[in-house]
Amino acid sequence: MTPIEVHGLRKTYGGTAAIDGIDMSVDGGEVFALLGPNGAGKSTTIEILEGHRRRDGGDVRVLGEDPGTAGRRWRSRIGIVLQSATDAGDLTVRETVRHFAGYYPSPRDPEEVISAVGLAAKADARIRSLSGGQRRRVDVALGIVGHPELVFLDEPTTGFDPEARRQFWALIRSLAADGTTILLTTHYLDEAAALAGRLAIMVGGRIVAAGTPSTVGGLAHAQATVTWRDGAGLHEVRTDSPNTVIAQAGPDMTDLQVRRPNLEDVYLDLIGARS
Amino acid sequence: MTMPSVLSNGRSRGYIEVLQLIRQKDAVIFTFAFPALLTILLGLIFDTPVMPGSPTTHSQVFAAGMIAYGILSTAFISMGIGIAVDRGDGTLKRLRGTPVTAGAYFLGKIVLVFFAAIFEVALLLLVGVLMFDLPLPADVSHWVTFAWLMVLSVVACTLLGIAASSLASSARSAPAVLNLPVLVLQFTSGIFVHIAALPSAMVNVSALFPVKWMGQGFRSVFLPDALASEEVAGSWEPGRTALVLLAWCVIGLVLSLLTFRWSRR
Repeated sequence: MTPIEVHGLRKTYGGTAAIDGIDMSVDGGEVFALLGPNGAGKSTTIEILEGHRRRDGGDVRVLGEDPGTAGRRWRSRIGIVLQSATDAGDLTVRETVRHFAGYYPSPRDPEEVISAVGLAAKADARIRSLSGGQRRRVDVALGIVGHPELVFLDEPTTGFDPEARRQFWALIRSLAADGTTILLTTHYLDEAAALAGRLAIMVGGRIVAAGTPSTVGGLAHAQATVTWRDGAGLHEVRTDSPNTVIAQAGPDMTDLQVRRPNLEDVYLDLIGARS
Repeated sequence: MTMPSVLSNGRSRGYIEVLQLIRQKDAVIFTFAFPALLTILLGLIFDTPVMPGSPTTHSQVFAAGMIAYGILSTAFISMGIGIAVDRGDGTLKRLRGTPVTAGAYFLGKIVLVFFAAIFEVALLLLVGVLMFDLPLPADVSHWVTFAWLMVLSVVACTLLGIAASSLASSARSAPAVLNLPVLVLQFTSGIFVHIAALPSAMVNVSALFPVKWMGQGFRSVFLPDALASEEVAGSWEPGRTALVLLAWCVIGLVLSLLTFRWSRR
């Protein structure tokens, strides 16, 4: 069964389309990233898939059910990592994780989950006293304690320092290694490249490109740009075979650079941030 | 794999709701002390016999009626604010993403409210007895009345608080939104003033709402039967009190089912 299948999904707010007919599918056990600038419709999409928001059109199947009408048992099979909650500040990490485990028919061991997210030393600390990064680890713990088949992460590392982000990525990889299907949204290219097997780039409510981090947007057969300087001035050539171009250049060539477009180039082109 | 029952989830929600309440020490102390302080102030200011030669003082009348305010404050106000806070800080959104049901969430809230209301009422009785010689009834039938009044009042106020929480657009505006109707009804229902002193039109309108009946009911439990003549109908009207409160339980249930939203939108 394909965990997530979306056909022609639409959502409008006051006449404007926030999601303008998107199609996507996420396979079992894969990490799929929805990449895009703020306001592209990523969060709205993920909230519809989570069952938090109603759609205005299209077909959506998450774990075989329509998230708009799915019930308790379906919710016990998904895990949602919230983005900005500040709840349960007066409870300890352990109390909270244990409590949420009690909602599920076959939860993970709360102590193991607390260790897995790196909060064993903070298990008895009040959540209010945790740092921002630790707070997000609690969110992850609560998202996975029910042993979900599918986990949703909406911009999980916004506001993290680089070290916390690396640790977080390791945590997501270990979840994926256990066979959990993961859908995450992000506006960080390096995050999508580091975690996702496949990704889709969303702009203005549409998916404008999809593929793997190394093939998306025609990356695999994109032309290289060769630039150099010689007596005649600065040269810039886009080519399929940089070697031929370099071999034909004159002997006074300096400042030679060969650049292949990377994910960032493709992304910036697609979102129109580059003239 | 069986899903955990709504009852067991509700019980564990009740546990963590109470845990969260008692860990907010300043909020607990001030919320609980407020009705007790009002009882003390009103009692000290109006420390005169209700009628010439009567052994009952106005302070005792206030002390008995103020139990209604204690329940309003712990059930209606705390519930309305509590749900607005839960909606604002992500509690409800997080719960919505789990298999827990709205029923379990409300069970937890009801456990919390009963815990708080019993504590508050005990405190008010302590103040009444120690400071104003409020006599505690010696017979079972008065305590039976007290018990059903407690249950009906707490349930009605809790359900109305749930419904009222959706009137507040945010957790910050909730206290203002919820306190206004409560404050008005305290005056017009004869809790903050002696009911015999109120214009009859005001009392007639207030009689549509539960507060008047809660106050009258608790006065009937703790004051001598001779004082019934001071009430609007000249009697304690226990049957009518029960009916009105029961009706408000039903209205509250319907309103809360119609208005409750997991999210603000």
